[in-house]
Amino acid sequence: MTTANIFKLFKIRGGVHPDDKKRLSADQAIEKLPMPSLLHIPLQQHIGAPAEPLVRRGEEVKKGQLLARNQGAISAPVHAPTSGRIMGVGGYPAHHASGLSVRTITLKPDGKDEWIDTLDPSDDPFSLAPEEIADRVARAGIVGMGGATFPSAVKLNLRKRYQLHTLVINGAECEPYLTCDDRLMREQPEQVLDGVKLMAKALDVDHVLFAIENNKPEALAAIREAASDSDMISVVGLPTRYPMGSEKHLVQTLVGKETPARGLTADIGVVVHNVATARAVHDAIFSGHPLLSRIMTVTGGAVQQPKNVDVLIGTPLSNLVDFCGGFTQTPERLVSGGPMMGQPLPSTRVPAVKGSNGLLALSTEEVKASDEMPCIRCASCVNACPCGLVPLEMANHIRGGSLDTSVKLGLLDCIACGSCAYVCPSHIPLVQYFNYAKGELAARQRSQHKQIETKRLTELRSERMERIKKAKREAMMKRKKEMEAKKKREAEKSAVEGAES
Amino acid sequence: MIEEKPVFGPYVHAKNSISRTMGLVMISLLPATLFGLYQFGWPAIFLFAVTLGGCLFAEAMALRIAGKPIKPFLMDGSALLTGWLLAMTLPPWAPWWIGLVGALLAIIVAKQVFGGIGQNLFNPAMVARVALLISFPLEMTLFNQPVPLFSSQAPGFLDSLAITFGSSDAIDAVSSATTLGHLKTEIGRGIAFQDAAAEGAGLWQLFWGQAAGSMGETSALLLLLGGLFLIYKKVITWHIPLSMLGTLALLATIFHLLDPQNYVEPLTHLFSGAAILCAFFIATDLVTSPVSTRGQILFGVGCGLLVYAIRTWAGYPEGVAFAVMLMNACTPLIDHYIKPRIYGRDRKGEPLNYVDEGADIR
Amino acid sequence: MMVSAILILTALGVTMGAMLGIASKYLAVEGNPLQQEIEELLPGSQCGQCGYPGCTPAAEAVTQGEAPVTMCPPGGKALAEALAEKMGVSIDLSSVEEKEPMIAFVHENLCVGCTKCFKRCPTDAILGGPKQIHAVFADACTGCEKCYDVCPTECIEMRPIKKTLQTWYWPEPAKVA
Repeated sequence: MTTANIFKLFKIRGGVHPDDKKRLSADQAIEKLPMPSLLHIPLQQHIGAPAEPLVRRGEEVKKGQLLARNQGAISAPVHAPTSGRIMGVGGYPAHHASGLSVRTITLKPDGKDEWIDTLDPSDDPFSLAPEEIADRVARAGIVGMGGATFPSAVKLNLRKRYQLHTLVINGAECEPYLTCDDRLMREQPEQVLDGVKLMAKALDVDHVLFAIENNKPEALAAIREAASDSDMISVVGLPTRYPMGSEKHLVQTLVGKETPARGLTADIGVVVHNVATARAVHDAIFSGHPLLSRIMTVTGGAVQQPKNVDVLIGTPLSNLVDFCGGFTQTPERLVSGGPMMGQPLPSTRVPAVKGSNGLLALSTEEVKASDEMPCIRCASCVNACPCGLVPLEMANHIRGGSLDTSVKLGLLDCIACGSCAYVCPSHIPLVQYFNYAKGELAARQRSQHKQIETKRLTELRSERMERIKKAKREAMMKRKKEMEAKKKREAEKSAVEGAES
Repeated sequence: MIEEKPVFGPYVHAKNSISRTMGLVMISLLPATLFGLYQFGWPAIFLFAVTLGGCLFAEAMALRIAGKPIKPFLMDGSALLTGWLLAMTLPPWAPWWIGLVGALLAIIVAKQVFGGIGQNLFNPAMVARVALLISFPLEMTLFNQPVPLFSSQAPGFLDSLAITFGSSDAIDAVSSATTLGHLKTEIGRGIAFQDAAAEGAGLWQLFWGQAAGSMGETSALLLLLGGLFLIYKKVITWHIPLSMLGTLALLATIFHLLDPQNYVEPLTHLFSGAAILCAFFIATDLVTSPVSTRGQILFGVGCGLLVYAIRTWAGYPEGVAFAVMLMNACTPLIDHYIKPRIYGRDRKGEPLNYVDEGADIR
Repeated sequence: MMVSAILILTALGVTMGAMLGIASKYLAVEGNPLQQEIEELLPGSQCGQCGYPGCTPAAEAVTQGEAPVTMCPPGGKALAEALAEKMGVSIDLSSVEEKEPMIAFVHENLCVGCTKCFKRCPTDAILGGPKQIHAVFADACTGCEKCYDVCPTECIEMRPIKKTLQTWYWPEPAKVA
């Protein structure tokens, strides 16, 4: 281990210091949630194409059995979190702010929790070839578990196209309230580090930076201790500042280079993976277990007893709430993830998914929604923005309907971290303006595509109509000619006949 | 589908609001204001009250006409602060209607007509001050020596009422030019700076605030403390004050060194007049100053440059209000051209390109 | 003094007038290419939802300023913005209440396979043949309602396009005073 304490860090711009509220759940050891009576496993828990179901209603499945296979280059398969019977494949409310439903496999656990017998653990994981590691990660359905849910295997295969030198393990957990990564690092540092080493192998890099914010001294100590025998892993304590865990900003802090706009951190030779992803990679390769569960922090002022819970994918969130003693009051907001970038959830009916790292039930006092006031151009948002944007101007243009101008101002460079809206004295929902604009732009692009398509179809049709008309005309002409010829013949004939008679 | 429109986060917020910002500014103005009120006695207190009252009244009326909710906008403290700043720049013994007309000008003409808080192009207090100065040059340039409250020279309560609300010529007894005004006249008459300065208020008097002038021009020390408090509280940043005062001091030093006879020395420039008040409280006005740090530095330099130019070469002894307004007019331009560099992009807005630079990836 | 002022103003007037004259001569635009450009922007499905008989008359109306740039329902906000830019007018898009896009849906139990809708569809979005039950190819349907009007059994219903997780996005924040 290198001397982590004097590791040179680079400054990033902006950022905020929200009250981290981690003490609510930081001292709660991870507990396993009792088996729920029903599991709802969505087919889309990742970025990319949804998985294609392989099971039908009434089928019996074993724990770890493939339920739906990935389709397309960017996708991830889904496995049965326990043994039981498939109750159906159909729409169910998604783990999503919209409250829309998404194709979901419903599984009724039989309580036996029997593993499938075709598990394929590796006897000697560290001798596996990089391709083999990435392949096993892909088959295990592992996605970025920090919340981004990008299929991890795709990221492990980046070595093919980029010249990589460093793997960064993101243990920053900069979102307030969340403690699931903290607990994981404290309780299972060896498993995490084994996963990290495997990922480093898959990426073919010889240098690993394990970055943890300084507000988690126990996790830092545990990981340092476990990594003390490794030369390639440097454990780095990060200053506590939001959004330190943002991939691009984390890399800048550690490496001192900004990721080019519209590019990947791989452009500067770095790949970032989350701590929980590392643990999942460990399980997939050492035990052959696909991604079936994850650790979630259930916390917030409206939760009776905040906890860190090991949850099967597909568990309805209401089970989690019950396990934590229920609500102390009707939550003002129900949030998936942290309070800065998390998504509001319509209800606790929705299932836990691969990317959900926390369930927040915020009390009225915590949310303290103030009335929106006009912008006073105080530039707080400009100073808070880690991306060097001018949020107030972007929001002004979006409000006025000129989305294109907001794009010119850098709308698409916004990472939606929420620092601007956090500091805004006028309580303007800046991030929502940006998210709305991004969505609206995408929708306009779709409608433009459709319009081009419509035009093409219309032209095709009018061409066809023209052809049909022409054909008809020609046919008519032909018939006319034939008729005339016939008439002529008949006339000749009758003339001949007349002459004969 | 759920009916309620989902709201995106963050779901936690910094303890920050417009009224808190305005409140902090007022707190930091308080020491200098109290000292000023003490120095100039009851007439100053009356004028202060009239100006603030006038601003609140005008704000309430304008909000009512515009059909906006009165309470949240009146409670945000912006109208009060505008009145406060305006009162700080008026001659303390000016008649009541100066304060009232100023308040109406500031709130109605300079703020609400533009669309209310956050929309105004110019600093309302400075618009009012400049309009008053041009319209009522006599009343706006009649300054007096400080006569502290309860001191023997100080006018009594009733006399003070007469000074502010009636017609009293008591001011003639104590009237005095401001230091800058005095220096300007003397140098204009061909008297060397050193001789002129010897007759006026000394530097320490300027610094402590024992010189003639408007309330906000007196105690440089207390204003400086207030300004530093604002920077400490992160309501403002150091960029505008430092660049403005730095430019002013630099220019004053250069010219004074070149020609000490005709050019006022830098410390007098800094501590007399409204330089400090302007640098920390008026040029930094959130609404009318640029939002990027580089823009703010440019803005501050511009202010310093104009203040020095107006004080030295133009017809008025003090040019802070004009300088700030001129730079206010440049703010949209500055904000348009000077923006922070976007993460992952170069100054021109193109994505960073490490490959073409030939830089080693590591 | 007086004379010089008059002279200067006259000279100014003459020069500027001359410049304008020259500019109008050299920068003149031949014909009106605008109508064609606008027609190219329009969907071209001749659906008639704008109230004009087809896209060409609609383009003409827009060019002459008779129709607003927001007249095309299938084009939506995106088209309105493009047209506004082309016409050099400013529009308040926020006031353009976007009509929820609809597409046709065929109730199969009512369809008799008459092919009337099939023949009218400007984008060939209806599948099927004579005596066959028709279906709508959602991606190609523009919601022009032509089929809706001709169906003898009223088996076509106009339904809003279903939002999915892929097409859903955050609503615009509510405006405050």
